[in-house]
Amino acid sequence: MTGRQAPVGDWTTDFDHTDPTWVRDPYPIWAELRAQCPVAHSERYGGTWLPTTHELVSEVAYDTEHFTSRAVVVDNLRPTELDLPAPIGLAPPITSDPPFHAMARRMLLPAFAPKKISSLEPMVRKLCGELLDATAGRSVFDAAVEYTQHIPVGVIVGMLGFPLEDADIFRRFITQVLEKVDLPSEERLDMFMQGEIEAYLNDQIEAHRAQPRDDLTSFLLEAEIDGNKLAIEHVRGTMILLMVAGIDTTWSAIGAALWHLGSHPDDRRRLASDASLWPTAIEEFLRAYAPVTMGRLVIEDFDFHGHRMRKDDWVLLPFPSANRDETVFRDADKILIDRQENRHAAFGLGIHRCLGSNLARMELTVALKEWMARYPDFELSDPEAVSWSGGQVRGPRNLPVRVLN
Amino acid sequence: MTAVKFKVTVDPDRCQGHNRCFAIAPEVFDVDDLGNAFVVGDGTVDGALGAKAQNAAANCPEYAITVTEFQG
Repeated sequence: MTGRQAPVGDWTTDFDHTDPTWVRDPYPIWAELRAQCPVAHSERYGGTWLPTTHELVSEVAYDTEHFTSRAVVVDNLRPTELDLPAPIGLAPPITSDPPFHAMARRMLLPAFAPKKISSLEPMVRKLCGELLDATAGRSVFDAAVEYTQHIPVGVIVGMLGFPLEDADIFRRFITQVLEKVDLPSEERLDMFMQGEIEAYLNDQIEAHRAQPRDDLTSFLLEAEIDGNKLAIEHVRGTMILLMVAGIDTTWSAIGAALWHLGSHPDDRRRLASDASLWPTAIEEFLRAYAPVTMGRLVIEDFDFHGHRMRKDDWVLLPFPSANRDETVFRDADKILIDRQENRHAAFGLGIHRCLGSNLARMELTVALKEWMARYPDFELSDPEAVSWSGGQVRGPRNLPVRVLN
Repeated sequence: MTAVKFKVTVDPDRCQGHNRCFAIAPEVFDVDDLGNAFVVGDGTVDGALGAKAQNAAANCPEYAITVTEFQG
């Protein structure tokens, strides 16, 4: 979903995160910006800033006084057209600011804490095993289409207690939200207004009200903040958050790691023969191929290191660029699956640290281990046919592989 | 006789629950129901556990962990 905009000529003054060059390989762009223009600006999307160093990305992530999370997906819509008023936002708590943010987040954290998440591991392993079973006997297939894309959506749909056969509804919705950001604002607004998702969620909520179950939907319907049940908009918003934040992202992380293993046979063989490398390898894939670039809005006009930021300007927060910053990570552009020091920011920094990071890490680990147990020898069958998603979540959407032996 | 020991602390204001320390050194760190980290016991460890705690500190994205060496 790229290429609707004019091609970018100068990345320091006119960048566009949907430009085909950025989508194909953003790392050289970010490296150049970190060295020469660590706070870039573009008039696109109504005015967007792009800090690229680890230090500046951290500073914005920690600064909730000057930057709001009310809207986090940079697009052509003016932020006021669709949003609930701050501080709740469309999809709390990712779109919430302090102090409401802390309450909405605290309510959800127990469901995503490490010990709770590890109990979901058998379900994920079973899902991965079934997907791999369906590829049996074929030497060439698309690992993104047949494997990676089904894992996180299956997990989230399962956690919410929705029928697994409805997963396609969510994939369509997520593509609209995250990848069609360069549509004109009227078209994008129409797309949301005529969307099927709200009616679908209302039906599911009704079904769960009539018959409560042991799942996240019933959890949200029972949850309270300050002794009050959540508003229906809050319940729907959090469901949307889980889909938008939990599906594309992990799908991308699993796919990027498989892309690496399929194109770096030395690392693949090392990992296949030495299981003790898994923990550092997982963190290194997360660092080097962090899928998520977050978004913020400027709250009021102010001066940011000599740059005049204006109210409602967008700010892109490229955590993947921070993760390649040479001043923080030695040999930052090298993928070292035994890297010992790795303070990567793949899950963000500060109060909005990815709520689902424990879930994502578990899914990534299980999905890669199950894959490598089944197909320890594989390669990219057609490297030119690999396609990457555009926008703020980067990962392979086509990943043709050949199983060897 | 004195031996090298390590005092480990987690700054609760900095910790955002990335869970890196608990994954690397569960003998030294634990996490609460919200996923936030704290040190096991009084945070005093020696030898190999000190090295593990230092490795955990070097993997904390929020720079929330301090490991201080002392003679005890």
